[in-house]
Amino acid sequence: MSSESYGHAAEHAFRQHHFVNSEQQFDTSKLGMWLFLATEILMFGGLFVGFGLMQANYPEAWVAGHHHLDRIMGSINTVFLLCSSFTMVMAVHASSTNQKSKTVLNLLATLAFAGGFMVIKYFEYSHKFHEGILPGRYFSYAGGGPPEQAMFFGFYFAMTGIHGVHVLIGMILIAWLTIRAQRGEFSSAYYTPVDLIGLYWHLVDLIWIYLFPLLYLVS
Amino acid sequence: MADIVATPKSQSHGDHYDVDYLNDGSLLSWLTTVDHKKLGVMYLWSILFMFFLGGVFALLVRLELMNPGQTIMTAEQYNKAFTLHGAIMVFLVIIPSIPAALGNFALPLMLGAKDVAFPRLNLLSFWIYVTGAIIATVAMVTGGVDTGWTFYTPYSTTTDGPVALMTFAAFVLGFSSILTGVNFVATVHKLRAPGMGWFKMPLFVWGIYATAIIQVLATPVLAITLLLLIFERLFGVGVFDPKLGGDPVLFQHFFWFYSHPAVYIMILPGMAIISEVIPTMSQKVFFGYKATAFSSVAIAIVSFVVWGHHMFTSGQSQLAGAIFSFLTFLVGIPSAIKVFNWITTMYKGSISLAAPMLYALMFLILFGIGGLTGIFLGTMSVDIHLHDTYFVVAHFHYVMMGSTLIAFLAGLHFWWPKMFGRMYNERAAQIAAFFVFIGFNATFLPQFLLGSRGMPRRYYDYLPEFTPLHQVSTVGSWLLGLGFVIMAGYLFASLRKKMDAPSNPWHARTLDWQTSSPPITHNFHEIPVLKQGPYDYFKPFEPSVEGYHE
Repeated sequence: MSSESYGHAAEHAFRQHHFVNSEQQFDTSKLGMWLFLATEILMFGGLFVGFGLMQANYPEAWVAGHHHLDRIMGSINTVFLLCSSFTMVMAVHASSTNQKSKTVLNLLATLAFAGGFMVIKYFEYSHKFHEGILPGRYFSYAGGGPPEQAMFFGFYFAMTGIHGVHVLIGMILIAWLTIRAQRGEFSSAYYTPVDLIGLYWHLVDLIWIYLFPLLYLVS
Repeated sequence: MADIVATPKSQSHGDHYDVDYLNDGSLLSWLTTVDHKKLGVMYLWSILFMFFLGGVFALLVRLELMNPGQTIMTAEQYNKAFTLHGAIMVFLVIIPSIPAALGNFALPLMLGAKDVAFPRLNLLSFWIYVTGAIIATVAMVTGGVDTGWTFYTPYSTTTDGPVALMTFAAFVLGFSSILTGVNFVATVHKLRAPGMGWFKMPLFVWGIYATAIIQVLATPVLAITLLLLIFERLFGVGVFDPKLGGDPVLFQHFFWFYSHPAVYIMILPGMAIISEVIPTMSQKVFFGYKATAFSSVAIAIVSFVVWGHHMFTSGQSQLAGAIFSFLTFLVGIPSAIKVFNWITTMYKGSISLAAPMLYALMFLILFGIGGLTGIFLGTMSVDIHLHDTYFVVAHFHYVMMGSTLIAFLAGLHFWWPKMFGRMYNERAAQIAAFFVFIGFNATFLPQFLLGSRGMPRRYYDYLPEFTPLHQVSTVGSWLLGLGFVIMAGYLFASLRKKMDAPSNPWHARTLDWQTSSPPITHNFHEIPVLKQGPYDYFKPFEPSVEGYHE
């Protein structure tokens, strides 16, 4: 990184050479993240449209399908993600106000809630696999009901699966943040990664807020 | 003409950032570079290689159609050949061609920035592109795909062959496109040189900006569509399969919701290049700058609401058809504004007919034909007759190849001296341009006739009465190929010469020409402070970069 030609600018260890100052870098990164979130919304949007259209075509299959979903587990997971969003906000706040241990604790709490979500998801999935509730042509549930349930569970596994992958990626990122926070790399002068991954995490949460009633609370 | 931009102070540093970017690193440092110029060059070579591959398939398809019945390959091989031609040209050549290769190179230079907003993301995007290209190649050699580049269901979910792999390649390539789009939007918003307001940006930047917006907003829908298609093949979910209660038209809606805007991902950057070449080569202030800038944005917006015109015969309601038809006509307005402004810009200019301008003029003619035949096809009643005929093939080749690729060639010849620091042989370039123009029209004009007489697209065999027109088309494709061979010859020859290009061979006013050819690693020694608009040819030239002299 050669910054000699711009030597007058206040230098910060995390500023990349092509930005004039840290503020410009922060604004740019944030804009980039928002654009990325827009692509996420549009991607899930496609799934929601397909789901809604097929629900209009096969309302009975959709109602029958949702009876196989455990509302209690779904509700607990919703609470987990809501709490994790709260601790994430606290982590962002703590990192921007130079409170290292509070940052680390909040990040760890977020990680724990996310882990809890995945554990419950694991039990939900394995229970369904056990009953033969699988997507598409592998659907072999013995309890009867409309055949389009296979399609419902195609959507169920696609939507919660892609969402689950997002949760996993989020967990990896948050773990990475925790290590960096522990090393003391964040301060009021530089906490961009915490802020951006926080934004990502809220979106993952928000998508679940839509998925939960759509899948679990059909009537 | 002294050609280096340097202030004595920064020269005295003597660090390697003062060396031109082509010669400051090893091969490994190229492969891991975050320099937008090197990435642009690497994209350029990858795309040109893919273009060669797609071109070979095109020539094979045309050769097969030389005579009715079997000429050189079986019907099955033919289906695979045209699918590979289409998929390679769309996903691996045209979509990344201008934004990823020329855009990566020129955009930060034009903005007076040192790099794009997220250089590492840019590198990632390049390697995702390479990964996608490799997956696509694997799909090709492990059996090939015969669905056409549109992957229509339920055929694509039931036919044999590595369709899932090919679709996955397109999915991966989409990510590369999205990341480039995110990068460019952020770059344009945040990294403009001091003094460069939105209306002092070169029009190339406006065009690339509009393109990037579409890339960001449309590509994710294709991603989820292709993911659902892969799901469908793996698990038989049935969303797109009528046998299982699904809806194949839904796939078409999803597909074209991306792929129609994608058509503008292809054409807007082409228009952007033309908006740069014409005022420079005419040494004249751009006529209707704001109208042209906004027309790019208008095309980007309208592009999202016209996808239904691909489905006039797919069983969508007549009302929907009529609405989509009307909305499609709207695209004609901003496009016509652009054409009008380009022509008016040339009026009373001092026009140079150097190679970039030859291609720009070619673009005006070919885009005129391609655009107007698009209006024919957007008219519902006419489309019922012409749907899935060679008329459609001819129309979109006039737009995709005759316009976008020709504009790409204009841009390539325009920025070649800046990219590689060398001038090519102008006379050879004129000869190649001649063959490209004649060859292109000989190939595709007969296809309008074929289509209007009822020759369906994608057919392996045809009635004997179509033979003469098909033969003209095939011979045309050879002339076109010859043009490209000549071009490859003089471009490679130029690379063997000493660096001889002046820093501003076309006497342009934008910032990309106010640094050396090729630029130094950091583009500019000092951040330029904009003093003039990009096309202020009526004023004496006042450089924005300190120490610059032409």
